[in-house]
Amino acid sequence: MTDHRGDGSQVLQVGALARVEGEGGMRLEFRDGEVADVRLNIFEPPRFYEAFLRGRRFTEPPDITARICGICPVAYQTAACWALESICGVKVTDAIHTMRRLLYCGEWIESHALHIHLLHAPDFLGYDSAIEMAADHRAVVERGLRLKKAGNDLMTAVGGRAVHPVNVRVGGFYRMPDAAALRALKPTLEQALEDAFATIALVAGFDFPDFEQPYTYLALREPDRYAIESGSVVTTAGTAFPVAEFGRHIVEEHVAHSNALHAKLDGELYVVGPLARYTLNFAQLSPACRDAARAAGLGETCRNPFRSIVVRAVELAYAVEEALRIIDAWTDGAAPAVPVRPRAGEGCGASEAPRGTIFHRYVLDADGLITDAQIVPPTSQNQPSVEADLWTAARAWADLDDRTLTLRCEQTIRNYDPCISCATHFLDLEIVRS
Amino acid sequence: MAAATKPKLAVWKFASCDGCQLTLLNCEDELLAIADAVTIAYFPEATRAVVEGPCDLSLVEGSISTPEDAERIQHIREQSTLLVTIGACATAGGIQALRNVADVAEYASIVYAHPEYLSTLATSTPIRTHVFVDAELRGCPIDKGQLVELLAATLAGRAPRIPTYSVCVQCKARGVTCVAVAHSTPCLGPVTQAGCGALCPSVARGCYGCFGPQDSANMTGMTERLVAAGVPRADVVRLYRTFNAHAPAFRTESERLAASGPQGGRQP
Repeated sequence: MTDHRGDGSQVLQVGALARVEGEGGMRLEFRDGEVADVRLNIFEPPRFYEAFLRGRRFTEPPDITARICGICPVAYQTAACWALESICGVKVTDAIHTMRRLLYCGEWIESHALHIHLLHAPDFLGYDSAIEMAADHRAVVERGLRLKKAGNDLMTAVGGRAVHPVNVRVGGFYRMPDAAALRALKPTLEQALEDAFATIALVAGFDFPDFEQPYTYLALREPDRYAIESGSVVTTAGTAFPVAEFGRHIVEEHVAHSNALHAKLDGELYVVGPLARYTLNFAQLSPACRDAARAAGLGETCRNPFRSIVVRAVELAYAVEEALRIIDAWTDGAAPAVPVRPRAGEGCGASEAPRGTIFHRYVLDADGLITDAQIVPPTSQNQPSVEADLWTAARAWADLDDRTLTLRCEQTIRNYDPCISCATHFLDLEIVRS
Repeated sequence: MAAATKPKLAVWKFASCDGCQLTLLNCEDELLAIADAVTIAYFPEATRAVVEGPCDLSLVEGSISTPEDAERIQHIREQSTLLVTIGACATAGGIQALRNVADVAEYASIVYAHPEYLSTLATSTPIRTHVFVDAELRGCPIDKGQLVELLAATLAGRAPRIPTYSVCVQCKARGVTCVAVAHSTPCLGPVTQAGCGALCPSVARGCYGCFGPQDSANMTGMTERLVAAGVPRADVVRLYRTFNAHAPAFRTESERLAASGPQGGRQP
């Protein structure tokens, strides 16, 4: 909607953004043809997770924080488990760690397939939705749904349910999935692998505007594999720190126009998510994924957020490969969980949600009750960069007609796969140590 | 079927995690068939397109927790022939209804540096507190099979077959070993409405009540059983106060327990 005001200024407003998770809007203001103000408004109602976590038992955050987001519950469950296990002085077995990675692969497959096909591709192909797109590109939409279903099937096999899995606990799992049940997924995943590489080839052919981001990227890194379920923090600014120190580097502020806090890394804006992971950890992708990325026109780094759809497709293929690799090597007999006894203390955990790094911090008392909780989801970290991109986009494309400019700006936001439900429930600046 | 005669479907969101409307997108095998059978009038998670109301069927996710949303649901009801709530937030206020037994100003100050920027109500309430609801689907999240049944029944003009008995019935039907009897695992299955397919007992875990209370829940009996199994009263209160804390049976029992002594009164 465009409003031409008496003073010659012009406001372009999208009341409710479509094809994002949660409720947000966008507002651009031009004066004398120049961009005067840009705002990503988050009006998702606050739900106060960090507040009602206080007084809950240390066993509860995996179930409770999963409910922050229906699309990436495993990201929350996993980060919560790492944080609580670190407080209790528990290290899970390699088998449990591997099973967490397998469950997480399911979430990456489901979430990336959803975003690529149902949320983002319609922007590139010129449709309002994947359902409309299906009229002309039915095979593409069906392939996307098949991929998404493969991710959901994997989450169901490991987690018991695709949305808010029930099998995750602090210390591991309630029941370890058996090898036969996992191997039964192989035909589905082998089809998914073929579909994922076909998806890379498809999205590589989309048109991408010239658009380069100068921002710092932040992601987790593991020494021996592309970080998904765990890792230590690295950035393109050359800083590296253990997850336990995230509070010293990442500080959030509450701005008036948003129910989501804005995060800064050592005072600067930064980006988490597929582009950050890819740029920082490209060498750890499989040879097949690196080759497919090169064939899709990507370099070893990617700074064009519009190309995030290609990077997501590469990560989608990697997640399917990883799932198959883990299932092939899986043998029965591992204990589902290690015992966890509560003790007083503070601990942090992090994992790579499909849309970027998520941090959790908890403080427990000696009875195992939570006295403080902090959750920093990816969308709050990316929100300042989304706004910065919107400034760039609005300046670059100010001459476009309103409809086209609106679509470009919406696409600029969807580049980040923003999860607005996640971002709305933030933390207390008083507890940030800097 | 001609486009003009297709029923109009709308999906509305209030305070929630999006997991229940995602369940509609998770109907991968049925999604395109559903999209062929209806006109999607409003479903922002899936499409930019908006078709003018009124709607034949509105699916409502999420709870009412802001003054603006309390108004918005009235408009949605006015333009909906059938209004069906989907999930624990819409049917019982969701986990955010934990504020109903706390001080929301304190909650806001814990989470936000500037609570004055927020617009929020002191309570999170289910949709039926505000408007008439034609049917509801339970669950945190809803079950995909129940959603498809609801849509198919609505399109066929019949009532959906949604059981209101307990999880125990599904657990027995599935042949799962009773975790409460065999392992003394605390399990809310006896008082929780079926629908999930007894997922938690099938992974050797007690039910945590995410489908909310069944229609004839014996809550005091459930409490006695849990306490006898060694669950501290404060933990029983917490068990009732999760994703369906504001559902009448769970709320009444948790309030009774919380008020009944120093042990039971421990927060929350």
